[in-house]
Amino acid sequence: MAKITASVYTSHVPAIGAALDLGKTQEAYWQPVFKGYEFSKQWMKDNKPDVIFLVYNDHATAFSLEMIPTFAIGTAAQFQPADEGWGPRPVPTVIGHPDLASHIAQSVIQQDFDLTIVNRMDVDHGLTVPLSLMCGELDPKTDAWPCPVIPFAVNVVQYPVPSGRRCFMLGQAIRKAVESYDEDLNVHIWGTGGMSHQLQGARAGLINRAWDNAWLDQMIADPVGCANVPHIDYVREAGSEGIELVMWLIARGAMADVVDGKVQGSAPKVRHRFYHVPASNTAVGHLILENA
Amino acid sequence: MSLEKPYLDVPGTIIFDAEQSRKGYWLNQFCMSLMKAANRERFKADERAYLDEWPMTEEQKQAVLARDLNWCMRTGGNIYFLAKIGATDGKSFQQMAGSMTGMTEQEYRDMMIGGGRSIEGNRYLGEDGDAQPHRQPQGAAGQKKAA
Repeated sequence: MAKITASVYTSHVPAIGAALDLGKTQEAYWQPVFKGYEFSKQWMKDNKPDVIFLVYNDHATAFSLEMIPTFAIGTAAQFQPADEGWGPRPVPTVIGHPDLASHIAQSVIQQDFDLTIVNRMDVDHGLTVPLSLMCGELDPKTDAWPCPVIPFAVNVVQYPVPSGRRCFMLGQAIRKAVESYDEDLNVHIWGTGGMSHQLQGARAGLINRAWDNAWLDQMIADPVGCANVPHIDYVREAGSEGIELVMWLIARGAMADVVDGKVQGSAPKVRHRFYHVPASNTAVGHLILENA
Repeated sequence: MSLEKPYLDVPGTIIFDAEQSRKGYWLNQFCMSLMKAANRERFKADERAYLDEWPMTEEQKQAVLARDLNWCMRTGGNIYFLAKIGATDGKSFQQMAGSMTGMTEQEYRDMMIGGGRSIEGNRYLGEDGDAQPHRQPQGAAGQKKAA
């Protein structure tokens, strides 16, 4: 059967993609950010998954205000990097896993989550920046991402976004879905976005290092408590765009220590933890958790 | 009974909720149109004429022409959509975010390198942090105003 063995968490700041694409990774400003992912790139090579289930948000790219799905699963065979106004990022096409994605969609909907099924969608920096950070720079034509990716988009553009609690429950449903798939597949689930940042108004540039790190501690050790953090706490403490962090709880909910909504098994192993300020307007957070 | 909106007392922050989204629908959809290179060209060639193709309010059009992102947001704009205007102008997200604080680009960049804006005094309206309404604009522009 298929199995989720690890979860990866990372910010997906667009400027990180631009720094990679424009060859700025060695600049003093960017060096500390990329240094934080050196371990992770090696870890990806040593622990290559068969499929990545990648939770991210679309930034008014594939979804305008015409349609705003709360949870959208990409079931297509492939997904093109989007033109977000600067031209598409020069990265490989994202190859999907239609069979596993459709299986997950059916199972998760039967577990009472109303997913939107998307068979055509371009993917923006929310999805491609985490891949670049974890897999390194790749040639768009001659290279490929290490494995198929199932994009899973969460609405965090128009309020209200789904609650942390619901995201956490969804993660549990996704794990059940994966484990009911017959083929032996090693699946990683990634939660992306965050950490504290605000991109708008007089409070733009807000960073809350203490809150971010306390939140990370709690997400690792007490995910049930973390899942109960209300929206307003994210907005007030981590900035209006810091709310993206609820997506990390989908990945955390899919880990093996969470059973029937409670922590019952052994805690996951923290393989890597990294935090840095700033990347453009944002605090960068990154974790790798492996099932014990 | 009205909807619960616990986020109205966060200083310097507009949450893009259903009400803002309804107000800003055409403004944001205009922004979305700038994802296509051909539309960017037409907009740049004659901004006013391009804006007039959209059922936006006159105030929304003025806010776009002035590139006043705070004004755009008050009229229902969302930052992820407004970012398409910035991309059309060749501006980075940091330049766009900074422009909403009154700081110069360098002042804003320095603040971020210094660890970002502090949360202290900026959680609730009525405190005394640098994002509070009585302390705008920020940076040298604000000092000039005070002098």
